Amino acid sequence: MADPKGTTKTGRAPANVYAVVGMFTSPADLYHACEHLRDQGFRDFDAHTPFPVHGLERAMGLKPSPIPWIVLGGGITGLATAVLMQWWMGAIDYPWNISGKPPFALQSSIPIMFELTVLLSAFGAFFGTWALCRLPKPFDPVMQHPSFYRASDDRFFVSVEAKDPKFDVSKVKATLEKLGAQEVTEVSP
Amino acid sequence: MSTHDGHDKRPADVERFPAETAKKINSLATGLLVVGVVGAAAGYFMDAKAFPSAYLTSFFWLTTIGLGGLFFVLIQHVTRAGWSVAPRRHAEWLTAILPAAAVLFLPLIAFAPTLWEHWMGEHAHHDPLIVAKHGYLNPTFFYVRAAIYFVIWIGLSIWFYKSSSTLDSKRDDSVVEKMQAVAAPSLFLFGFSLTFAAIDWLMSLDPHWYSTIFGVYIFAGAVTAALSVLCLINIRLQGVGLLNRVSTVEHRHDLGKLLFGFVVFFAYIGFSQYFLIWYANIPEETIFYKERWVPGWQTISWMILLGHFVLPFLVLLSRHPKRNSTVLGAVAVWMLLMHWIDMYWLVKPNFDHHGAHFGIADVGALLLMLGVGAFVVARRATGSALFPLHDPRVPEAMRAENL
Repeated sequence: MADPKGTTKTGRAPANVYAVVGMFTSPADLYHACEHLRDQGFRDFDAHTPFPVHGLERAMGLKPSPIPWIVLGGGITGLATAVLMQWWMGAIDYPWNISGKPPFALQSSIPIMFELTVLLSAFGAFFGTWALCRLPKPFDPVMQHPSFYRASDDRFFVSVEAKDPKFDVSKVKATLEKLGAQEVTEVSP
Repeated sequence: MSTHDGHDKRPADVERFPAETAKKINSLATGLLVVGVVGAAAGYFMDAKAFPSAYLTSFFWLTTIGLGGLFFVLIQHVTRAGWSVAPRRHAEWLTAILPAAAVLFLPLIAFAPTLWEHWMGEHAHHDPLIVAKHGYLNPTFFYVRAAIYFVIWIGLSIWFYKSSSTLDSKRDDSVVEKMQAVAAPSLFLFGFSLTFAAIDWLMSLDPHWYSTIFGVYIFAGAVTAALSVLCLINIRLQGVGLLNRVSTVEHRHDLGKLLFGFVVFFAYIGFSQYFLIWYANIPEETIFYKERWVPGWQTISWMILLGHFVLPFLVLLSRHPKRNSTVLGAVAVWMLLMHWIDMYWLVKPNFDHHGAHFGIADVGALLLMLGVGAFVVARRATGSALFPLHDPRVPEAMRAENL
């Protein structure tokens, strides 16, 4: 997110710069660039690749994703919902004798318990990812880089955002160029 | 550990067991075999009445580990998997159990009249339900079928191991392609033979009872057990520093994921069988669970539910325990024990109607199977490379990484 005033804490970024974006031709170059930025202490930078690059999360120094915990929460919620719902419907709200089975039995409840656990786990994974990635996001300033469409084809991009405390336009541009980036460009918010 | 920089800094893989280690493994396995033979003899002479069913229990435990290994080999070829060249070789070692199982079947011929007395004995002729099944359940056809199963299993075990071994000396893509082509029809043979063996040797212990999902249930347990052994081999070979590239924490993680999946699959199949029987409530079907719900057996039934599913499910759910050699190793040993208890739970209630009577016969038979299994697997393992050295997918296996 761009700073509303357009300046960073250190004030070394012009108001009209959102990020500096550089393009790499191979996953290996991108990998090294991320390692370098990570070791330099940058945190607000991102990588854009046409396919998953193994180990990139380590090269970028990303923390483990909280998604597994969201999924676990969804699963437990689904399980609890299934038990309570079937117990309330079968034993409390509308008890009915069906072929001599008890009004509420764990045996016959298990398929629904399983299904709702899976369903809400999947919701947790799907919508959790949306929330964490702030999706849907039809536009991101980084897309203004003239060659960014190739991020879904055959090029690898690194964007260093102006909100990073260590951000300095000319230094970041020099760093990226030294790392082998082409078309190093500033993008506006 | 990234290989993006083009050169791999990890220590190279050792190709074969060093002579010293191989000798140690073989003498340890021979020791286990001797202990097993003595144990089985003690079990037989001290409790001859309980021994046949104890023998069948542990025989099936060992055979299913070999069959699970065979399945793993076949499925890697069918899916043309690249990550698994090392575990595939280790599964090929496990299939050495299958020729041994044919020999171990011979005592069952002597025990047959006791074990399968309900349909082999006198009253088979007076029981209309069993008379109706006579076309299938008669001793001659029973032994012919057993012979067919062993021909299939031994044939597949030897052929896939021999073919894969040729890759130890030189790369030959045509061998790989041939194994891939043969694996697909072999899966049919595997599936049918395992299903019918389960019906013949276990389900027919109570010839009135039937369950159409029984073969799948045995299959699920077999693969769980074989994957557990593969996890242990993976952990050990890395622990002693023999394999550092083709078999790493990434492959352990993958084996752990498969183990987790099959733990769930086992529960799914076990529940499906129970659920339909519970719902339909037909006496000749419910008898199976009624026998296993008397005091004593009830405890074992709970153990299967909690120990074969709930506990490993919760432990293996997260990625960290699957990558941790201590935790995954402990789960693998536990699952092998649970697989034995599952076999015990399938066989023994047909003989001990008033609760489990665990005794010397059970221990002796298990020791024998452990000894034979260790002996044949150790011999094959020390006689081959630790992974198919020139398999075209070795580089892919070295690059395997979990996101």
